[in-house]
Amino acid sequence: MSQAEPAATGADTPRRNLLAQLEIDTRLLGMIGAFIVVCLVFNVLTDGRFLTPRNIFNLTIQTVSVAIMATGMVFVIVTRHIDLSVGALLATCSAFMAMTQTVYLPQFFGIEIGNPLIPWITIAAGIGVGVLIGCFHGWLVGYLGIPAFIVTLGGLLVWRNVAWFLTNGQTIGPLDAGFLKLGGINGTMGETWSWVFGLVAAAFSLWALFSARRNKISHDFPVKPMWAEVALGAIVSGAILGFVAILNNYEKPARVLAREFEARGLTMPEGYTEAYGIPFSVLLLIAVAVVMTVVATRTRLGRYIFAAGGNPEATELSGVNIKNLTIKVFAIMGALCAISAVVASARLTFHTNDIGTLDELRVIAAAVIGGTALAGGIGTIYGAILGALIMQSLQSGMAMVGVDAPFQNIVVGTVLVVAVLIDIIYRKRIGD
Amino acid sequence: MVDRSGTPLVELRDISISFGGIKAVDSVSVDLYPGEVVGLLGHNGAGKSTLIKCLSGAYQKDSGEVLINGKPVEINNPRDARDHNIETIYQTLALADNLDAASNLFLGREIVTPLGFVNDAKMEAETRKIMGRLNPNFRKFEAPVSALSGGQRQSVAISRAVYFNARILIMDEPTAALGVQETKMVADLIEELRKDGIGIFLIDHDIHSVMQLCDRASVMKNGQLVGTVNVDEVTEDDLLSMIILGKAPEKAA
Ligand SMILES: Nc1ncnc2c1ncn2[C@@H]1O[C@H](COP(=O)(O)OP(=O)(O)OP(=O)(O)O)[C@@H](O)[C@H]1O
Ligand SMILES: [Mg+2]
Repeated sequence: MSQAEPAATGADTPRRNLLAQLEIDTRLLGMIGAFIVVCLVFNVLTDGRFLTPRNIFNLTIQTVSVAIMATGMVFVIVTRHIDLSVGALLATCSAFMAMTQTVYLPQFFGIEIGNPLIPWITIAAGIGVGVLIGCFHGWLVGYLGIPAFIVTLGGLLVWRNVAWFLTNGQTIGPLDAGFLKLGGINGTMGETWSWVFGLVAAAFSLWALFSARRNKISHDFPVKPMWAEVALGAIVSGAILGFVAILNNYEKPARVLAREFEARGLTMPEGYTEAYGIPFSVLLLIAVAVVMTVVATRTRLGRYIFAAGGNPEATELSGVNIKNLTIKVFAIMGALCAISAVVASARLTFHTNDIGTLDELRVIAAAVIGGTALAGGIGTIYGAILGALIMQSLQSGMAMVGVDAPFQNIVVGTVLVVAVLIDIIYRKRIGD
Repeated sequence: MVDRSGTPLVELRDISISFGGIKAVDSVSVDLYPGEVVGLLGHNGAGKSTLIKCLSGAYQKDSGEVLINGKPVEINNPRDARDHNIETIYQTLALADNLDAASNLFLGREIVTPLGFVNDAKMEAETRKIMGRLNPNFRKFEAPVSALSGGQRQSVAISRAVYFNARILIMDEPTAALGVQETKMVADLIEELRKDGIGIFLIDHDIHSVMQLCDRASVMKNGQLVGTVNVDEVTEDDLLSMIILGKAPEKAA
């Protein structure tokens, strides 16, 4: 019922250029390019200290907390909402979990400090609290029709101070030793397991590429040429294994190793070395990223989230319960705030009042730099994570170069605005 | 000729709905038999879209009754309407611009794999099939529907309504954005669907095509029903005067 479009873009026209053949999202490529430029510039400015295994290791563990929340913020922004309370929610979850492991469980449930169940119970309870608060936000927004901006602005004040009341304003620590393993440097996979993980991940991505191709062929859809497929597979698995190799090159300092041997009642053999490998917190981020990507692209929930962002009325007329969807989106955000709270407090090794302060801005900035459109309907999980990584690189790089803190913030703020401007120009150019 | 001796497929009885004190639909009753096309006519703002939205679940009526196959039913939301095999092509088309044709066609009713994941490849294949029938020129399967022309978007909305085997089809100005050839294809489609025993409510401002496609026509004015006529028994001028003057001809059906 429409005019014929002989030269339509689409499956049937021959691919024009290399990028199109590889079917790589040019936007993603631009972001990776920007990230590489940032890294190289700082590497020059710091005389090569920026791109050392040690600094890359630190950069990744510093990024995890914001990146985890940024993946949830993608859903929130895609559905045309906003969440200004994530930093405060993180603080409430962190306070609750700190109290759970140091006070509630030992005192009220008779579970001794040091019991191996403590971290698991704590994390489950923390996620429960996050989900509950998220549901409450979603209910206020979806069912009562209060704009998310207002609900979460109120939430920012409320939850920051609920956290204060939970702990009486005190710093809570030290936290459970098992719990601390999710903080970064205190819990890593070690060299061998990191390689195992890297190989499995590379194999899995190759399998995913292959099965996607097979699925397309089975439906007679056009596929990209075999060489493009092979090149993509090589790039992806190369990146994964390269990342593992870098983290496996960061060796534990001798005094750390000596302490570890001492704790086991042994003495360290002469010349013994050991690398950190992949931190558990990074593993957690990878798991969150995979799950959230699957939810976004492969499930009905994800489909409805994007549809609701594109046209809420149409989505409702298609039989989707938008109010319920809003609750789900905020509940996911709450769960991710709790997971971030685990990582953030474990990295500090204690809970403080100001944990997560200003995180809402970092998280929103990460999502937006990562290509999430505030108008709704557009955004990717990997983009938000890359956005978080770019922000963290800027911040750490400037700190290493010795830029004053106020000036760091000026740069980060400017970058946010410029990134959005570039995105707007880019989208206009490709007519999106 | 349509057999109107049995129970009607749909009966809307004394439907009223108002927005902020203004009666958009005021005690309107219409019915629809299997294999019948009933046209809804009236000036802009007469209440046609509002009336059918009470049937499609987009609005909740203030009072009145909806009967399907003679049984009273409650339609509180679009899901209820779908459960009664009511499909609607809205005047506004109701598409999510950021999604592609297949995602829109299956929105709310995705095909899933045994593991519960959406099966995009299968949905695209099905979309290609139905589009091949309804609009063989359609090529833009990968692009978001925001990249489609008005007519292409319309064909996505139409194929969505047709794909799921509707028993009752509501078409609110389905040809508004279509070219001559495409309008003809919709007319053929309506003819084909009616032969399958589907009942169709057709809202259209073009009296000529209503005369051609419909068995009966109901005319509304200012939220009220002027009358329902067999199109065979009236002239275009009769319909025109019903729409403009709000006067039913002497021999109303
Ligand atoms: N959601 C709403 N809120 C307030 N008023 C509404 C709403 N929907 C419709 N109306 C009013 O109800 C009346 C009937 O509108 P409706 O859309 O049913 O007209 P229509 O017959 O479909 O007109 P058209 O031919 O222009 O499509 C109009 O006066 C309109 O302003
Ligand atoms: Mg209308």
